[in-house]
Amino acid sequence: MTSLPATRPAKRLGLAIDLDTCVGCHACATNCKEWNTGGMSGPLTDVEAYGAEQRGVWFNRVFTYEVGGEGGAGRTVHFPKNCMHCENAPCVTVCPTGASYKRSADGIVLVDHDKCIGCKLCSWACPYGAREYDEVEGVMKKCTLCADKIFNETLPEVDRVPACVAACPAKARHFGDFADPTSTVSRLVADRGGYDAMPEKGCRPTSKYLPPRPGRRGPDVPAPTERPALEGAGRFLKWVDRVLSR
Amino acid sequence: MHPAYSVILFTTASGAGYGLLVLAALFAVAGLLPSTALLGFVTLALALGLIAAGLASSTFHLGHPERALRALTQWRSSWLSREGVLAAATFLPAALFAVGWVFLGKTGGLFAWAGVAASLLAIATVVATSMIYASLATIPQWHMALVPVGYLALGLASGAVLLELVTRAFGVHRATFDAVAIVALLVAWAVKSGYWSTIDRITSTSDLGTATGLGRFGAVRLLEQPHTEANYLMHEMGYVVARKHAGRLRSIAHVCLFAGPLLALVTAIFAPAVTALALTVGAVAALVVGLLVERWLFFAEARHDCMIWYGR
Repeated sequence: MTSLPATRPAKRLGLAIDLDTCVGCHACATNCKEWNTGGMSGPLTDVEAYGAEQRGVWFNRVFTYEVGGEGGAGRTVHFPKNCMHCENAPCVTVCPTGASYKRSADGIVLVDHDKCIGCKLCSWACPYGAREYDEVEGVMKKCTLCADKIFNETLPEVDRVPACVAACPAKARHFGDFADPTSTVSRLVADRGGYDAMPEKGCRPTSKYLPPRPGRRGPDVPAPTERPALEGAGRFLKWVDRVLSR
Repeated sequence: MHPAYSVILFTTASGAGYGLLVLAALFAVAGLLPSTALLGFVTLALALGLIAAGLASSTFHLGHPERALRALTQWRSSWLSREGVLAAATFLPAALFAVGWVFLGKTGGLFAWAGVAASLLAIATVVATSMIYASLATIPQWHMALVPVGYLALGLASGAVLLELVTRAFGVHRATFDAVAIVALLVAWAVKSGYWSTIDRITSTSDLGTATGLGRFGAVRLLEQPHTEANYLMHEMGYVVARKHAGRLRSIAHVCLFAGPLLALVTAIFAPAVTALALTVGAVAALVVGLLVERWLFFAEARHDCMIWYGR
């Protein structure tokens, strides 16, 4: 059923992504592809994988932005982006078939690939670009928050986190329940001023971003200047300068 | 937005078909069209044929056309599903009305009610089609009341021009049909001109600063996109070809969709029957070109907010 859950899910699972520590290594995106191509949404197909214009299904993409101007004034911010598992998910309500749904237990937004007709309307409705069309299988796919991993009791408990979180070498990605005020992600959001991306679209994303901390950079270092000219120096001093400059 | 040919064909053909169905049914019920079998057959076959061709075309862009009937299930939340349900529902009274007109020579009584019901459902279907686009908050050029008004006005205008052609060909033409077609074209022209000047003014409520939440630190610009090659989203949402020629294409639409057919229909009023028919054929030909250009622009000029992430 593509109506949203009537009541707010008891759990609101999502990610808190720390833009201060993300180093833009794309490990999250790579491990996401690795896990999910063999998971419940697999395969994440590629087209022209070895050709000039390769394209394929990715659930997680890392953008790099420059903020506050160029040069010394600016800072580089890496911005990983995948499904926000919105509370007010427009991708779910536009679905004509019932393939898209939001789970009432934990708020995860999923696609039933056996029902999807591949009309792509959900990708038109999502402002985050989180919906992917698998042109080989003819259906829409999306981030599952690794629902086939985080609840998988055959895995050690420490591994029951989304693949992107497990892979992050900078510990910039945190997974948890935003409905629980004592959870790590809730406390991080409270302490760090976590916020919604693109809030003006009214989707009420579950996942949050933690802003970059203020820079610790000192004043701009002046660019190195030319060596002082040797005008007026005698031949000896010029010879010494040449020798010492070698 | 990428203009898929199947969707352009679907919205223009079904819009014209529904417009013709609405007007033919109402005029027949009002007694302005004779209830002769061949006229009824040609008119309704043209209307229902355009609708059916449009609906069939709309399934071509699906990844799984064989599952298309599933799209009738989620009418509680989805405009696309509502459109499918209304389109299917329109066929029932339309078929009953066609039986009365074509096989029994009757357009009154029960068949009149069927005709009115088919007209109302046809109008509702066109509105539902347009709401698929107008309901998307992600596309500022679509998320406005002018979109359903424009779809309805263009559907009725194109249906009215088709009715002119059929009635002139059968020699059952009336001045009322001229009046309806000319007024419908003028209204559609006004709505579409208003739409174009509106989308020239508006911009998205989002930019990279609001999207990333980093605007508080200063201007945000894209340094590197996630991939070296364009992905599905950039192919589907980042279509830029037509925007480059939008001005010229709009001029073509102004001439072919509105000015040309209006001039032809007005001239036909004062022309002898054969010349009038030829002029009406010309009006339909121009209308087809104009409609296709207009609908292509409708998609190509729409900018999706998810392209903001890509710095576009």
